[in-house]
Amino acid sequence: METILDALQEALGLLTGFDPALMEVVGMTLRVTGGALLLATLIGLPLGAALGLRDRVPAGGCVMPIIYTGMGLPPVVVGLFVYLMLSNQGPLGRLGWLFKPPAMIVAQVIIALPLIVGLTLTSLRSIDPTVKLQVRSLGATRAQTAWTLIREARLGVLAAIIAAFGGIISEVGAVMLVGGNIEGQTRVLTTAIVLETRRGNFALALALGILLMGLAFGANYLFHRLSDE
Amino acid sequence: MPPIYTLHDLQQSYNGRRVLAIDRLDIGRGEVLALVGPSGSGKSTLLRLLNFLEQPSGGALTFDGEPVTPRLALAQRRRVTTVFQRPALLHRSVAANIGYGQTLRGIKPDNDELAAWLDRLGLSHLARQSAPKLSAGEAQRVALARALILRPDVLLLDEPSANLDPYNIGLIERLVAEAHSETGMTVVWVTHDIFQARRVAGRVAFLLEGRLVEVADAAKFFTAPATPQAAAFLRGELVYS
Repeated sequence: METILDALQEALGLLTGFDPALMEVVGMTLRVTGGALLLATLIGLPLGAALGLRDRVPAGGCVMPIIYTGMGLPPVVVGLFVYLMLSNQGPLGRLGWLFKPPAMIVAQVIIALPLIVGLTLTSLRSIDPTVKLQVRSLGATRAQTAWTLIREARLGVLAAIIAAFGGIISEVGAVMLVGGNIEGQTRVLTTAIVLETRRGNFALALALGILLMGLAFGANYLFHRLSDE
Repeated sequence: MPPIYTLHDLQQSYNGRRVLAIDRLDIGRGEVLALVGPSGSGKSTLLRLLNFLEQPSGGALTFDGEPVTPRLALAQRRRVTTVFQRPALLHRSVAANIGYGQTLRGIKPDNDELAAWLDRLGLSHLARQSAPKLSAGEAQRVALARALILRPDVLLLDEPSANLDPYNIGLIERLVAEAHSETGMTVVWVTHDIFQARRVAGRVAFLLEGRLVEVADAAKFFTAPATPQAAAFLRGELVYS
């Protein structure tokens, strides 16, 4: 208990002192997770909408289980897959992305994408079918119908983005494997927490943990305010 | 005057099961036709076909003298609108819901017209309120206004007052009657309530298991139905074809 209290005190000191090493890790986390979330949203939203707006998902018997399985992908397996693809012997080794932020972004996109596609698709399919009929009955074109239904499902779409954000900002397995946790280059909050805990630097680890939770809370608070509006 | 709809051998099937087969039906311009029949008789399916929301499996449907084709469907669909049993209001304000159909047509809703409709519905104080927060009666009045503000040539009503209290039922019947007399629109009104059908319709079409059993003037249908099935239906008995 004493250790925890000491660590908390030290953590507060680091946080209020804007420790440069700490801020660097936070910056990298925001760049990697933000970039991955943006990419996954840009790909996942239209894909989820295209599938969710159809009366039947094409090859739904196959596609839906694949998407749902993807929603629970173990990050470490994604990391391993991306590692193999980007390693020197891998098919994409020429890109030279391994142990660099782009590799971490790719891994996090793979983790976030099924969540965004699956939850967007589900939220669109859960809209009362009468709404779709009503919108068409009022004279909507195909595109107007799609846009109206996406607007109607906006809470579900927002939930999809929140779930994806939560999934990738807190994962450690994939970014550790493909980023390598290199100081000043690929160290993010989760990998730094693992490292500092192993080193016995509990105060720093705790400070990083508080920051991670703060970031997650801040982002979710923002999403919540948006959904309220 | 030629009919606004002509149905000839019109059929609809889902997964190989035929749910509607109408040999012949003309719907006159400006008439109020009540579609009655037990649950599952094909009334709502017929309304969806009349609003061009579905392609029929077979037969011919003409609207205002023109065959209904996918190419013309949008233009034709914008002359017809349906009010469903569930109001299906959007997550927007009451005013935005009423103006929604106009927005789809690229028309900026006229504030004075919106205010007039809200006043007519007794909803002026709720104009800015989120529509899903309305009571059932208020929501259905908004759904009706959303349709009527478009001044459609044909208004299709799919049991719009099925779950409402007498005040709202009366209000909806009055609003439709006023709109009908003001614009001369055609009204096709699906209802389970034979007393309502008697109050609102000039003519009645009785559907049973997807087939049109009887079409007659309302006065004749309710006093001297021509078929034993219609007579049994009016007596409140379980009816089979």
